[in-house]
Amino acid sequence: MDRIRYCAGRVLRALVTMAVVLSAVFLLLRLLPVEGYFGSRSDAMSDQVKEQVLRELGLLDPWYVQLKNFWSSLLRGDLGKSVVCRRGVDVVKIIGPKAAVSFRFGLAALLIEKLIGIPAGVLMARHRGQLFDRLGNIFILLVNALPAIVYYLLLQLGGSGLLGIRMLYTKGDIRSCILPVISLSLGGTASTAMWMRRYMADQMNMDYVRLARAKGMTSSQVSFRHVLRNAFVPMAQSLPSSVMFTISGSLYIESLYSIPGMGGLLITAIRRGDNPLVQALVLLYSGMSIAGMLLGDLLMALLDPRIRLNSE
Amino acid sequence: MGVFAEFHFQNRANERLSEREGQQATDDMFVLADGNTAEAERAGAPGYSYWRSTLRVFLSNRASAGILIFLLLLLAFTFLQPLLPDQKAPTEIFIDPQTGTQYRNVPPNAEFWFGTNSIGQDLWSRVWYGTRISLFIGLCTAAVSAAAGITLGCIWGCARRWDKLFTEIYNVFDNIPYTILRMLLIYILRPGLSTMIFVMSLTGWVGMAKYIRNQILIYRDREFNMASRCLGSSRARIIVKNLLPQLIPVIMLNTALAVPGAIGSEVFLTYIGLGLPVSMPSLGTLINEGRAVILVAGQRYQLFFPALVVSAITVSFYALGNAFADASDPRNHR
Repeated sequence: MDRIRYCAGRVLRALVTMAVVLSAVFLLLRLLPVEGYFGSRSDAMSDQVKEQVLRELGLLDPWYVQLKNFWSSLLRGDLGKSVVCRRGVDVVKIIGPKAAVSFRFGLAALLIEKLIGIPAGVLMARHRGQLFDRLGNIFILLVNALPAIVYYLLLQLGGSGLLGIRMLYTKGDIRSCILPVISLSLGGTASTAMWMRRYMADQMNMDYVRLARAKGMTSSQVSFRHVLRNAFVPMAQSLPSSVMFTISGSLYIESLYSIPGMGGLLITAIRRGDNPLVQALVLLYSGMSIAGMLLGDLLMALLDPRIRLNSE
Repeated sequence: MGVFAEFHFQNRANERLSEREGQQATDDMFVLADGNTAEAERAGAPGYSYWRSTLRVFLSNRASAGILIFLLLLLAFTFLQPLLPDQKAPTEIFIDPQTGTQYRNVPPNAEFWFGTNSIGQDLWSRVWYGTRISLFIGLCTAAVSAAAGITLGCIWGCARRWDKLFTEIYNVFDNIPYTILRMLLIYILRPGLSTMIFVMSLTGWVGMAKYIRNQILIYRDREFNMASRCLGSSRARIIVKNLLPQLIPVIMLNTALAVPGAIGSEVFLTYIGLGLPVSMPSLGTLINEGRAVILVAGQRYQLFFPALVVSAITVSFYALGNAFADASDPRNHR
């Protein structure tokens, strides 16, 4: 009962946050340079035509009217039409296929991240201060500290040379997916291993571990039966967000390997000044972020019966 | 010794008081206790200075001491480089006097130490100029984020009435992915050096403020603080003397990590075309120029040199931040 009440409350709060954040983003986007609404032929337009365009888009209305219109069309699933990138096409239709490509790459990378990161973190925690832990820490340090482009380029240059495969992605060629997926998973592998190690280390200092050892369990039994389970709970919280954000793609990797995914879309839209597309994407990302946090909290409530279910 | 003396003295006074009941206590009934404060203090802890211990623990780790020296030398060289003799201007295009064309893509040699780029500019001077720009961005962002984060975090933690409002503002900020927010703000405000620092600081203070607020909530009602408040410490004194010192490790860590973070962000923003103008080459600009020619094996030096410098700087700051956070944690002081 408590749990249902907690979940309902959490959903309600997420909806309120969503309303506030989307409205804030929408109002922020009113500051976008207006040239972004005219498309590529803006030079040939007279001021009157420009004003006409803005009026048709409803951009000359006072802000509260715009906000009201925005919400009513959003609830109908209408995010507007692209003005430059693909003129007149519904932005949802532009985003859809690209998101699917990014999603496939992202999911593969996420799988690698967890499959390598979690065992690595566990091993590092169990052998703290030893060789494996040190090597792992150096890996984490490098991945976190270096600007991502540096090791992406290194991997692209070195990897394609070593494996004798093409530098760019070709559709249907599975070998050309190897390097982008590895690059995509590096950051996540490092952070998964780092957090897993930290959570494991925190749990290992708890009294219940000493008790379990005292009653005769071996240290690996304790690790796998108790510590791992408890350390895994905070890991689960970020999982829904990670899955959702796979569709946003990685800008660096998709442009380095010319993969037709979502990563470059926001940049293209910004560079070419396609304001409706920019708006749709930013709203989409913000919405995903809120939904991801909500799902993470709900998952936590499901997994861990000890979680505080009331807010105070 | 001091306490005992006091105790005997008290007892004697009581006895005397009962002997002459009904009389008023006068000054001559009291004998000054024989307490020596200097002596009492000597029995306590040996001299402990927080910063000296931090420094000692920090320097006792040879690796971090080495990195610190390396970074200081690198910083000194970066800022002294234009003062050295025979340095070229970073944006000057060099022309071959014999053919009258630019020195394009000249590999490293005695004249151009890091070679030249595709339009004939000297890569050596560009790399150090770019390092100055990138470091400036990184250090400014770290300083502004730290100052704003600490101030706002303290207000957030101490002003109970504003807690709700601050939390809501935080939620709005936290729910828009930072990369997106940065891109959008730079797009709206138009790219430039000050825009870049402003935008990065705007997203940088949030995490720090949240952390400080949480820690203040934890420490605010602890006994030592209650005692301090009872003794009449002002709110400002409580924050500065009692609360902030507890947070130094994390503040230092965050500030140190903000530098490589900002440098990395700058590289990213330049990559997507929201970087600084061409007259102001940063490390991001140079890495991008280098990336454009990676397909030609003989020209990869144009990527190699800036990438090497940026890696050295970011890794050093990151490692130092972590080492310093460990050293400044009083639990590691023995």
